[in-house]
Amino acid sequence: MSILVYTESDKGNFKKNAHEVASYAYQVAQDMGESVTAVTINANDDSNLGAYGVSKVLKVSNGDLDTFNAKAYANVLAQAAEAEGAKVIILSSSADTKFLAPILTAKLNAGYVPNVVAAPDSTSPFVVKRTAFSNKGFAHTEINADTKIVGVSNNSYGVHENQTDAAVEDFSANLGDADFATKSVEVDKVIGKATIADADIVVSGGRGLKGPENWGMIEELADVLGAATACSKPVSDLGWRPHGEHVGQTGKPVASNLYIAIGISGAIQHLAGVSSSKTKVVINNDPEAPFFKAADYGIVGDAFEVVPELIEKLKEFKAQNT
Amino acid sequence: MKILVCISNVPDTTSKINFTDGDTKFDTNGVQFVINPNDEFGLTRAMWFKEKQGAAVHVATVGGAQTEPTIRKALAIGADEAIRINAEPTDGFFVARQLAEVIKNGGYDLVIAGRESIDYNGGMVPGIVATLLDMNFVNTCIGLEVDGNNATASREIDGGKETISTSLPLVIGGQKGLVDESDLRIPNMRGIMMARKKVLNVVEPVDAPQPTQDQKFEKPAAKGPVKLVDAGNVGELVNLLHSEAKVI
Repeated sequence: MSILVYTESDKGNFKKNAHEVASYAYQVAQDMGESVTAVTINANDDSNLGAYGVSKVLKVSNGDLDTFNAKAYANVLAQAAEAEGAKVIILSSSADTKFLAPILTAKLNAGYVPNVVAAPDSTSPFVVKRTAFSNKGFAHTEINADTKIVGVSNNSYGVHENQTDAAVEDFSANLGDADFATKSVEVDKVIGKATIADADIVVSGGRGLKGPENWGMIEELADVLGAATACSKPVSDLGWRPHGEHVGQTGKPVASNLYIAIGISGAIQHLAGVSSSKTKVVINNDPEAPFFKAADYGIVGDAFEVVPELIEKLKEFKAQNT
Repeated sequence: MKILVCISNVPDTTSKINFTDGDTKFDTNGVQFVINPNDEFGLTRAMWFKEKQGAAVHVATVGGAQTEPTIRKALAIGADEAIRINAEPTDGFFVARQLAEVIKNGGYDLVIAGRESIDYNGGMVPGIVATLLDMNFVNTCIGLEVDGNNATASREIDGGKETISTSLPLVIGGQKGLVDESDLRIPNMRGIMMARKKVLNVVEPVDAPQPTQDQKFEKPAAKGPVKLVDAGNVGELVNLLHSEAKVI
């Protein structure tokens, strides 16, 4: 038996969450007296997974899987779990993995808990802490099925090094036409820019910015910080910014290290969606804005004066610290 | 085309969340319940298929009698018929098994569910339903066109979107983008009157396991006060983020 972890890659390179879920799997394996087996799909270099506690890598190389396909990927993981006799499977919270997780759950008749934010409370019974009510609360949830699937929230457990020797084995899964009944036709993705899901820092603008023409300074601030850009719900509803940037309860969740909210008052739905961010900064000219109650740092002031000044100060800081 | 829209009855997005019974239950006291926002985008898209392509639209929910006002609202918006599976929706796999039974018996071509409910955020029901019934599945769906038996869907991915070609029978986990916020419909008086006469079938649940169980809830720890930096001293914020918060 082993703890199975799916270490996700994009164009052959491991995503940031791959090392976090491997670290998490190592913790579970330690608690249960087992070892960690990672599954990689078309990853370039599997050798560094050993640094995060992986003892064995099942390396899948298959040109049909170059483009993500939820059903086919789920089938690969199901066959790997069977081959390893794995009863605990650790996944990330990426959009792709949240797509394949329920398919895998049904295939394996498993119990699946997503949005998990900490190492298990206990492994017998198996209880994990997860967010619920769109980050307005937490639940401690027991998985009583024979096979347990844990989806770890991005940037919640962290990356921990545990030097282990990882043995890499080739693994091929049997896939048929039925696994490819949904086909990717086109992927439209911004290349070379941080995404809200992966970014360490997210810079977000609200209605206080008065119009889409004023987003230049938000993008410049994001550039200086290597951050992703986001926006509040009214801004996406008004069409000032694309829906994909909407963060909050009905948009994307944010779990970055730093979240900077500019001209966002802080409606309860917005605060719920960004509450997993570790440090929150608010810049708003209204000292009564609810966001000040949820933030770690705040500046009461005109965003059109404060933000350009902040960009300058950050540039000076970067110049001194690189 | 026969469409089933799966509806979850959830606390309004403005609700304050509290727990009761020694933090083992969600406190519904004073909470307003609504159609799950992700489901409402799907329901509105289903109305489009009804009006433009003559689809029949049914809605289903898993829940007790207290969920009926939410189901009636879906009927008032324009769904033709409703099904309530009379059980508490305490586990995603259990809910999926109940819906799968209804879908199998009802012969639906397209099943529209929300990407996740905004209360328990499991995000697993549509994918499990699709897999149990061997239907195609697209998650985080932000656009859907159906032409005969073929479907073109777009889905949100991290950092962009993907276009997918697939076919019916199909299950989607939908969200905003399927329709815009401004397309959402508020039931009018005629809709509300008609909804009272529409069929709402109550069916009993089938036996199904509940592989997960919430044992205890907690609220996030209270936050300390915000540290304010003077607008004339923005450099101080940079210092704090670097030396105190250690995030830059």
